[in-house]
Amino acid sequence: MQYNLTHLKELEAESIYVLREVFAQFENPAILFSGGKDSIVVTHLARKAFHPAKIPFPLVHIDTGHNFPETIKFRDDLVDEIGAKLIVGSVQKSIDEGAASEEKGKNANRNAIQTITLLDTIETNQFDACIGGARRDEEKARAKERFFSHRDEFGQWDPKNQRPELWNIFNGKHHHGEHFRVFPLSNWTEMDVWQYILAENIKIPSLYFAHDRQVIRRSNTWLPISDFIQIDESEEVVTKKIRFRTLGDITITGGDESDADTLEKIVNEVASARQTERGNREDDKRSETSMEDRKKEGYF
Amino acid sequence: MDNTIKEHDNAGYLDMELLRFTTAGSVDDGKSTLIGRLLYDSKSIFEDQLEQVAKSSERKGLEQTDLALLTDGLKDEREQGITIDVAYRYFATPKRKFIIADTPGHIQYTRNMVTGASTANCALILVDARNGVIEQTRRHSIIASLLQIPHIVVCINKMDLVDYSQEAFDKIKEDYESFVSKLDVKDVRFIPISALKGDNVVNRSKEMNWYEGSTLLYTLENLHIGSDHNHIDCRFPVQTVIRPKNDKYHDYRGYAGRIASGIFKPGDDITVLPSGFTSKVKSIDTFDGEIEEAFAPMSVSIQLEDDIDVGRGDMIVRTNNRPEPSQDIEAMVCWLNNQGPKPRAKYSIRHTTSDAKAMIKDIRYKLNISTLHRDEEDKDVKMNDICKVLLRTTKPLLVDSYRKNRITGSIILVDDATNETVAAGMIV
Repeated sequence: MQYNLTHLKELEAESIYVLREVFAQFENPAILFSGGKDSIVVTHLARKAFHPAKIPFPLVHIDTGHNFPETIKFRDDLVDEIGAKLIVGSVQKSIDEGAASEEKGKNANRNAIQTITLLDTIETNQFDACIGGARRDEEKARAKERFFSHRDEFGQWDPKNQRPELWNIFNGKHHHGEHFRVFPLSNWTEMDVWQYILAENIKIPSLYFAHDRQVIRRSNTWLPISDFIQIDESEEVVTKKIRFRTLGDITITGGDESDADTLEKIVNEVASARQTERGNREDDKRSETSMEDRKKEGYF
Repeated sequence: MDNTIKEHDNAGYLDMELLRFTTAGSVDDGKSTLIGRLLYDSKSIFEDQLEQVAKSSERKGLEQTDLALLTDGLKDEREQGITIDVAYRYFATPKRKFIIADTPGHIQYTRNMVTGASTANCALILVDARNGVIEQTRRHSIIASLLQIPHIVVCINKMDLVDYSQEAFDKIKEDYESFVSKLDVKDVRFIPISALKGDNVVNRSKEMNWYEGSTLLYTLENLHIGSDHNHIDCRFPVQTVIRPKNDKYHDYRGYAGRIASGIFKPGDDITVLPSGFTSKVKSIDTFDGEIEEAFAPMSVSIQLEDDIDVGRGDMIVRTNNRPEPSQDIEAMVCWLNNQGPKPRAKYSIRHTTSDAKAMIKDIRYKLNISTLHRDEEDKDVKMNDICKVLLRTTKPLLVDSYRKNRITGSIILVDDATNETVAAGMIV
């Protein structure tokens, strides 16, 4: 008998350990659920961690109002299936109340102002730990995140003053009003996530599979047509067979041309991909440090 | 849409292992270049990442694309051209997935090296072939030894700048071996490389035919890591208790945790510490069903035959092999905080899932991590110092020596005023 775990089993064991630490160390934790594959995997791992009990965390969705309808349906079905509580923070409501103001112009999106709604939702519900699906391989600022990432009372991240994390001892102590972001998938890569979805047969939104869709070409990607996008006269609407590698707000999530309509094909496609998965995210392209700047303010 | 799997080919990735390694070197040893090279030559760099780095290199007026920029994460680092924190990198070959804890080499960042080293199976130590074994090489090796990293690979870098000379390599190897014999290190290897030119990193060097060993990547792919976990002493720190309290699982009581060491099986005679109650393992449960044995580092739930009081902070162990409960704990401590230890101050101490308070009763000595000299006079402990201390805790902790068990032999100290993790300790 070889007492050795495969890399997926070891990553799974680590994430389950982290989720159980969150439950044990915090009063009022929640999962930040976007409907994307990473937060779906986190939710799946939470089921595993507390089986046969229900997930002891509500799912929190920060809704920009600019959604793929498929994502919302998927979210509602999942919540029903696992019997979890859903809490929705509405960006539209933040705008209506004057807490946030909409960007102007052709590439306007609600990505940045999500942070306002997110921090407001955390404060209103008094969450002291928000579990997210962010991974360190996604982006260079995220490569420096801890599993337990401290946020001050303004929700801000101070990357230069993070608590050292040694062995598997996590320090979640905090003062009243502060909270933690917790990232159980810290050590997973995009490939690990897809291999795991395949190995565990985890349900994901149909948007991840290749399908025909009306799109326009903008900034080197295929942007989906929706009610929330402004189209120039010079831009041509075409139908392409595409799939999405990441899911975010519909206005900023670009698709790739693809024939991958099964999980096996997706895994193969990811294995041979020459672009990072966030390469098609408008929000990351704004500057070299746009993720770091947004994270310091309290972004996901 | 076909969202289900029938049969798929498991070969090629489902049997991959995970290796965690840390990289250490002084400023300008070429550490970031080496990591960049590993990622680049193993085809783990995406086009858009490379484009971004090429653009930054151009902006800085560099002639070549600087692969080191791939690993510099934060704005300040990119501006100053140095690494200021632990950054984690990932890459995979068909054989293994690798996690790199990239830690900076400056003197003031011992704490980051200790942090990166705490979870590593392997340490890469970079030596500049022109400079040989220097103070920072010794410092990094001593930390690797203190943290009990099972494997050390000494990469003698910049061989291209010493004409790929075997003599230079042999001299450094000899110097290092004579120094490392004083340390507690089990497995040391030496590889002559040029990270900049790519010699012996992923591809064999054409310039060093005298070197008969393997390349760095081959070494990392084939290090034997199966024995890195302790599979002898059964230790199961309880994280939380799972009680569904629904009709189907009315009386279910599962003790959830991650196996720290040893192998647990249903039917095993166990003792719950600190209470000392004994029972047997009834079942080992996971979401995917009951399993026949559980070993480190698996996360499972254990049910016991008897209804006894067990909670977070307790430890389930084999009845015939127990840790030593103790309130007086000697440990090698690395101080991590700007604010040094206050005399007789109390800290929160965390050991596995157990919390208590601790007082530093005595600072036995400060360790000079360049010379191994023990200074018993200087008790002024500052950030990045490593010292031996005696701790007195408010309740007995169920400890093993760190040499025997990295999980049940480690502690952290937390300042109750700031909640910051101020020290990390390895129990002697």
